[in-house]
Amino acid sequence: MSSEHIDEVSGISTTGHEWDGIRELNNPLPRWWVITFYITVAWAVAYTIAYPAWPMLSSATKGVLGYSSRNAVKIELAAAEAAKGKYVAAIQQKTVSEIAADDALREFAVAAGGATFKVNCVQCHGSGAQGSKGFPNLNDDDWLWGGTTEQIQQTIAHGIRFASDPDTRQSEMPPFGDIITPEQIAQVGAYVASLSGKVQDASLIEPGAKVFAENCVACHGDNAKGNKELGAPNLTDAIWLYAPGETAIAVQVRAPKHGVMPAWIGRLGETKVKELAVYVHSLGGGE
Amino acid sequence: MKFGTEIVVLSLFAFAALVAAGFGVEGPFRQHMGVLFFAVAGFTAILLRNTDFKPAAPIDTSAYMDGPIRYGAIATVFWGVVGMLVGVIIALQLAYPHLNIQPWFNFGRLRPLHTSGVVFAFGGNALLCTSLYVVQRTCRARLFGGKLAWFVFWGYQLFIVMAATGYLLGITEAREYAEPEWYVDLWLTIVWVAYLILFLGTILKRKEPHIYVANWFYLSFIVTIAMLHVVNNLSMPASFLGSKSYSAFSGVQDALTQWWYGHNAVGFFLTAGFLGMMYYFVPKQANRPVYSYRLSIVHFWAIIFLYIWAGPHHLHYTALPDWAQTLGMAFSIMLWMPSWGGMINGLMTLSGAWDKLRTDPIIRMMVMAVAFYGMSTFEGPIMSIKTVNSLSHYTDWTIGHVHSGALGWVGMISFGAIYYMVPKLWNRERLYSLRLVTWHFWLATLGIVVYAAVMWVSGIMQGLMWREYDEQGFLVYSFAETVAAMHPFYVMRAIGGAMYLTGALLMAWNVTMTILGHQREEQPMPGSEPALRPAE
Repeated sequence: MSSEHIDEVSGISTTGHEWDGIRELNNPLPRWWVITFYITVAWAVAYTIAYPAWPMLSSATKGVLGYSSRNAVKIELAAAEAAKGKYVAAIQQKTVSEIAADDALREFAVAAGGATFKVNCVQCHGSGAQGSKGFPNLNDDDWLWGGTTEQIQQTIAHGIRFASDPDTRQSEMPPFGDIITPEQIAQVGAYVASLSGKVQDASLIEPGAKVFAENCVACHGDNAKGNKELGAPNLTDAIWLYAPGETAIAVQVRAPKHGVMPAWIGRLGETKVKELAVYVHSLGGGE
Repeated sequence: MKFGTEIVVLSLFAFAALVAAGFGVEGPFRQHMGVLFFAVAGFTAILLRNTDFKPAAPIDTSAYMDGPIRYGAIATVFWGVVGMLVGVIIALQLAYPHLNIQPWFNFGRLRPLHTSGVVFAFGGNALLCTSLYVVQRTCRARLFGGKLAWFVFWGYQLFIVMAATGYLLGITEAREYAEPEWYVDLWLTIVWVAYLILFLGTILKRKEPHIYVANWFYLSFIVTIAMLHVVNNLSMPASFLGSKSYSAFSGVQDALTQWWYGHNAVGFFLTAGFLGMMYYFVPKQANRPVYSYRLSIVHFWAIIFLYIWAGPHHLHYTALPDWAQTLGMAFSIMLWMPSWGGMINGLMTLSGAWDKLRTDPIIRMMVMAVAFYGMSTFEGPIMSIKTVNSLSHYTDWTIGHVHSGALGWVGMISFGAIYYMVPKLWNRERLYSLRLVTWHFWLATLGIVVYAAVMWVSGIMQGLMWREYDEQGFLVYSFAETVAAMHPFYVMRAIGGAMYLTGALLMAWNVTMTILGHQREEQPMPGSEPALRPAE
């Protein structure tokens, strides 16, 4: 339907069309809208002249600024590498003890090791290095394989029970379920638990001590303080890799779990392993 | 015989599905075909119960064909509630990972169920039913093609069911917003071409000399989605009795095809289509002429021309060549004003009717929709700027941006259209309750505000944490630490989403009661009637 029509409210004429009662006013384009649109178009043209933009037959226009995102990343990375260069060179040449003794180097290595830790180690040891069941807490001074910087470096580099690395740390507690009776296992569990806490059935402690002396001292020592050469844990502290309590200890005695840590030297390289060792040592429990 | 042809064709279809369920080369495909069999056979059974050997009563072809539109309105509300419910569930899964139920209801499978559920099932049905409603009334013509509209409606529902069940069975092409596998894609292609014929045919037989602007937008949406869908899903099935297929593109070309599709799904499905909706329902509800005919033409063609090139901004700082990134960003910036043309026309149409904001919650809903449209079409170009994108990309900011557009614009304008259409489609004098619409409006608006604000904070925090370096040049945060920092925001986001869902449930109640013919006795909206004054 086409007919001349003036909208009563606004006093503006309509286009004369009407669809299901809807008319359209003859308002012009808003001036600010047109101007802003032209500005964005002009900006877009300028931007595509400045930066790589228009595809040609075999390649695209390069842009007068000569920008390339690959190049920009390359420059940024090179600058970052250069800033780290003198520290990295020193870390390559020095031993971990020497690095830890040098204030500037130690500060750098802790920062670098921390960054590496966040990418590679938090999955098992937790983002605060607090560990979880079966994965040791690295903040305390309870070390299975030794807490000096060198010992930590060795553990990180070659892992624990990591079959494909010949230098890996290796130890295996036998399943005592095959060697001693279930009763004896319960007794030794109670004895070990009593070294750092209370037990439910105190009558088991004494026979347990005997079982311990006959079977366990070879690795865990007469005083049950463990042996870091063998990765045998100290049983007198209240820190437990799996779970506290005589029942949990008995389970571990009967059929021990053996955790595995990968060797990181192949993936991370010498420098990063050194930095990690210094970082872990710095967490508070280093020896 | 009533439904004679339909029953024969559907029985054969069901039989074919049963055969495929028996001979499929892998488990999920056989299960999926089993679902298809039960869906089609069930539908056939319903037709059989309603068949009649007397000749069908002649149809009055002079009236508008509103049957499929009534079904479409119900489907819109139903799928809206389903899709938003799944959204709240996956929001809670992100906050509380224990809610992942393996394997069918883990986040990976529910996330496409949510996106497809709200975009294609809710939004798609809203576009389908409003476009058929609008095109008949603005062309003064009955829908073209006899029963074609029924095929389009039910065919589209079958696509939704097959897509949704496929996701839960783990069948996916892993293309964002285009996850269904090749056989579901083929089915959608058939349905979509039928939709195009239906819509174009109706326009061609129009009794009005000119085509109304809403129909330009609807038509551009239908045509472009057809093109996007076909090109993005070009793939070779590994077996004709299996669900797996391989894309025709590889590497960065595949990624660019995907985002050319993904961005224009936003541009033509969620923008152009819903602008069509706005151009009809806002002037109708406000009872005012459209602000500027000239603006509608210019911004229509500007959007159509510019939107299609903006896809590469989804691939900034990737293997995509620099020149494509530059062009993607330049076109996105130029898109700002053309997008705002729709906002200006929507808001300015209300000039002379602004007082209705006080009395008409449906108008309020539409105005809020247009306001969110303006907000997100400004935020979009900002986020396409490479410097901004280097912070915002891959963070929750993007999720917040999408939802201010989806909840604010797409959702609100669809709710407005449903509230407008339902009393008219069922010949009711008015809605069951306008007060419930007010409740819906406030729940939805506050829900969006909570959602978007929370995602801004958490997204920007996430981006800043990812790029935080210490003085020595090393990253400060591990990824897990950035995830832990977002937990409270994830919880708040779920609350915002739940508010929005509650609003949608109120709408479902309101629409159901309206259809059943009830009218709630309630105080009229304040200001809708002149207050009584003492005689002077």
